[in-house]
Amino acid sequence: MSFYDRMMQIDRRWIFLLVLLAVVIPLLKPMGMPIKITPPAQAIFDKVDAIPEGGNILIAMDFDPASKPELYPMTLALLRHCFYKKIKITLLTLWPSGMGLAEKATKTIAEEFGAVSGEDYVFLGYKAGFAIVILTMGESIKNTFPKDANGNSTGEMPIFENVDKLNDYDFMVDLAAGASVEVWIAYGKERYKFPMGAGCTAVSATQYYPYLNTGQLDGMLGGLKGAAEYEKMITDAGYTKQPGAATMGMDAQSIVHLMTVIIVIVTNILFFMQRRIKKEEEV
Amino acid sequence: MDTFMANTVLFAQLIPDRITEIYANLPADQHITWIYNPTMHWIGIWIAALLTFAMYSFLYKDNVVYKFAEHLYVGISVGYFICITWFNVMKPNLYDPLFTDFSYNKILIIPALFGVSMLFRLSRQYSWISRYGLAYMVASGAGLAIPAMIQAMILRHMWSTFVPLWGGQTGYTFMSIFSSIVIIVGVLSVLIYFFFSLEHKGAIGKISQVGILYLMVTFGTAFGYTVMARISLLIGRMQFLLEQWMGRQLG
Repeated sequence: MSFYDRMMQIDRRWIFLLVLLAVVIPLLKPMGMPIKITPPAQAIFDKVDAIPEGGNILIAMDFDPASKPELYPMTLALLRHCFYKKIKITLLTLWPSGMGLAEKATKTIAEEFGAVSGEDYVFLGYKAGFAIVILTMGESIKNTFPKDANGNSTGEMPIFENVDKLNDYDFMVDLAAGASVEVWIAYGKERYKFPMGAGCTAVSATQYYPYLNTGQLDGMLGGLKGAAEYEKMITDAGYTKQPGAATMGMDAQSIVHLMTVIIVIVTNILFFMQRRIKKEEEV
Repeated sequence: MDTFMANTVLFAQLIPDRITEIYANLPADQHITWIYNPTMHWIGIWIAALLTFAMYSFLYKDNVVYKFAEHLYVGISVGYFICITWFNVMKPNLYDPLFTDFSYNKILIIPALFGVSMLFRLSRQYSWISRYGLAYMVASGAGLAIPAMIQAMILRHMWSTFVPLWGGQTGYTFMSIFSSIVIIVGVLSVLIYFFFSLEHKGAIGKISQVGILYLMVTFGTAFGYTVMARISLLIGRMQFLLEQWMGRQLG
């Protein structure tokens, strides 16, 4: 068996081990690799930053624990930015399995800023129906959600004094693990015309880039990189001091990407060399 | 596998938080000393850590521990989903209105019957009854989706490809003109690649090959992002294990 044959038949578990080391070592010994801000991420930051004090933002947390490493840091960074700027936040989830995470994120950051539920923010909870929920929110949010997640009546909440419809909001962000961004665009944005951004998993990012081109999305945060970019922007702006989980994970992310590129190149070279040797042997 | 693992461990993590919250919201005279114990927090972390190892053990080879964790996840997910649906959908929208003010809310019986009709799919003899509920869902869903999707997914995207090569909103920069050309060539060549009424020979064949190039670039980009997503999940798990389970300070 030639060297090339042996290399091509290497046990894939060695590669798993390499990936594990490439993740764990940079987490324990961070290198502080630079995080470049991309225009779609900057656009979301600028949109949120331009909302005046007392303005309103709607955040849909349409994800579940499976996307926690990517979308949870994004949620925390976005909430920190909004609370720091004293923007009133309306939160909801259209994913039943997203309730626990959405509640946890909201509560964590609200406590950090001493925000009051019903005045500074409201978590409306989960409502089934996706498209129907979005359509009825375009007519009246208080009618769609008569009570918030804690069972308090939304009709009496100060946060809803000036807003009740989707187009009353200064900005809307859908943090999505699935195709909910497209549903928000089709049933919400296109019909009720409000500025909208999206935060999505890396898997979905390619799917949503065309919506930036059409102007249906004003900005986008894609995956852990998008979350790290947002964390960097709020840190640079002085809204927070502590680096978030996404920033801490980016060194590992970059190393694994580099390793993947090297593995792809090396295995391709080995494959072609092996094929060439076999052809030469046949001749 | 990543999905299973992340869900399972998060549910385990949430247990101590929910108990703490329930305990904090109870009136003082109803505090029960055994309901919360700091040990619970560590039990939660240990369950999460062990389930993480159980799920990743599949990378070595398929085994009974992985199977157990996988089935545990499915069971917990379904239970969690049923509870959330009952308390957030069925109870406030159907049960409570019907049992508190029946005469005012009796119209809700109609959607309730449609909903119940769906359960007849479980019976071979009466499965035809489920068609009524299904017919309503398909009809209303299609009615809502068709105009909205055509507008948002087709017309708006076609509109954005009808851009002036220079001038217009994009200005006169080299990159804006280049981007417009890339979009136009990409749309036309990929459309021609998927046009099967003409044989892909000669000029059509050449253009469809350009379409294949565009598709390959798209698949490559999607794959790159998928790698990033999967590694992000691994990073999330490792951060949990190192920080919360092993108590290491990261960053």
